[in-house]
Amino acid sequence: MSETEGVTITKTGAPGAFGGELLTVNFGPHHPSTHGVLRLIVDLDGEQIRRVKPVIGYLHTGIEKQMEALRWQQGVVVTDRHDYLSPPINNLAYALAVERLMGVDVPPRAQVLRVIMSELTRLSSHLVWMGTSGLELGAMSMLMYCFRERDTILDMNEEISGFRMHTSYIRPGGVYADATPRFLEMLEGFIYAMPGHIDEYENLLTMNPIWRSRTIGIGRLSPDDAKVLGATGPMLRGSGVDWDLRKAVPYSGYESYDFEVATSDDCDCYGRYLVRIKEMREAVKILRQALDKLPDGPVNVDDRKMLPPPREELETSMEAVIHHFKLFTEGYSVPPGDVYVAVESGRGENGCYVVSDGTHKPRRVKFRAASFVNLQALERMALNHMVADMIAIIGTADAVLGDVDR
Amino acid sequence: MGIEELVESIGSHVLTTTLGKVVGWGRGNSVWPAQFGLACCAIEMIATATAGVDIARFGSEAMRASPRQSDLMIVSGRVSQKMAPILRTVYDQMPEPKWVISMGACASTGGVFNNYALLQGVDKIVPVDVYIPGCPPRPEDLLNALMILQERIKAQGILPRQ
Repeated sequence: MSETEGVTITKTGAPGAFGGELLTVNFGPHHPSTHGVLRLIVDLDGEQIRRVKPVIGYLHTGIEKQMEALRWQQGVVVTDRHDYLSPPINNLAYALAVERLMGVDVPPRAQVLRVIMSELTRLSSHLVWMGTSGLELGAMSMLMYCFRERDTILDMNEEISGFRMHTSYIRPGGVYADATPRFLEMLEGFIYAMPGHIDEYENLLTMNPIWRSRTIGIGRLSPDDAKVLGATGPMLRGSGVDWDLRKAVPYSGYESYDFEVATSDDCDCYGRYLVRIKEMREAVKILRQALDKLPDGPVNVDDRKMLPPPREELETSMEAVIHHFKLFTEGYSVPPGDVYVAVESGRGENGCYVVSDGTHKPRRVKFRAASFVNLQALERMALNHMVADMIAIIGTADAVLGDVDR
Repeated sequence: MGIEELVESIGSHVLTTTLGKVVGWGRGNSVWPAQFGLACCAIEMIATATAGVDIARFGSEAMRASPRQSDLMIVSGRVSQKMAPILRTVYDQMPEPKWVISMGACASTGGVFNNYALLQGVDKIVPVDVYIPGCPPRPEDLLNALMILQERIKAQGILPRQ
């Protein structure tokens, strides 16, 4: 890291509007309110923000390069870890891309299970957002309430996939395993209890005078600006633009669910908060419908060249042993070509661009990270606000730094 | 009053110990971690502080925003080459005695990311006391690591790291 990287010292000392001088301050990268290791170089005139420059890359993990070294089925594990608050949705984008290249369709039961996991993930992602943002703006108890429900969701993740956070549950060709009866029971209980919990959060925040004065009118982003800057997800819908990939470009059977796209015309931090609350309610609605229509049947495509044979066949069938051996030593190969698939994550358009050269490893995998693009709007939102409002603005932008830096 | 009677009268009200044990007991039960979240493990670190597992039972709920006030650095997540000097600076800013927990596979060894971008183990730049396996480890794993560290601190006495 060089000494002068990203430093805007030219402005320090320039005369400000209030008779003082401009001051350049460093937020982060180790700062308790930047949602990870984001560094912001902020020019202040008194307490007013005149310029914001995000410096990213402190969590650069080389995930896209790493995927080139892994076989197609191994890559799923790495997709979990870029946007670490919504692993199954990342899996879904990658799995859909690989499936489209291979030209396979997953069975209906797998599709519904994918929707269930996506919506649970959206809920847990919004819960983490609300807990940490509440904490930063002084609502300390929000963290305790939100993480209580998040832990319930993680327990369900553990029941269905064996792991709390990075489930790798959705894979090319289907899902890891069928839902257990206990999972469905837990989900039933969760759907019953969750609307009441959302009411509880709203009681704590929606009419809370401190929360309202910290968020209303703060971080304004007009619909035009949001579109020009490429914002997606609650950032875009919080500015009143009705755009949700689940409705606009449906995948995994989202067209058959009855739900509303949450939008708010407030265009500020409070609007984005309202959008997320509404999305949580809609997610519970989708979960209810998905659980009601969960069909019977297999959860994986019946293709022995792509997925391993069942364990019991290995003892009786020579062919199954050969398939098993080939899959776990070499993997499968994907026809040459490239494809872009985007899904709606808790943060916006989570895209996956995959290039295959016909071998058993990807030629290139590129993630279109919603957080990275949403971060561009930061300066537009923060301009001429007080420095303390920066915390609310970073909070409601909901950037996950793992997703930004990859 | 003779010395025998004195000993007899106060004997049942006094505990004798060494200074090292008292200091170790005090330090071990009030380990304040620095609030230093990096990646996925940081979310599980937050979960450790919430009501479900409640790290406050072990005296470590006070996550300090300033390294100057903290005794323990929990390296929660992957450390990139760009972050490494900052991590070392934060560590250097912490007052002695200080301890480090390396949380998760990435912090301990680089994990699945054996590539150009990541530091292959945080022990290359700071001394680590306890390693936690897992990707990410459960909150209970972090509590277990804290308990192991507490045992170690209590055994170290007045002058740790000799």
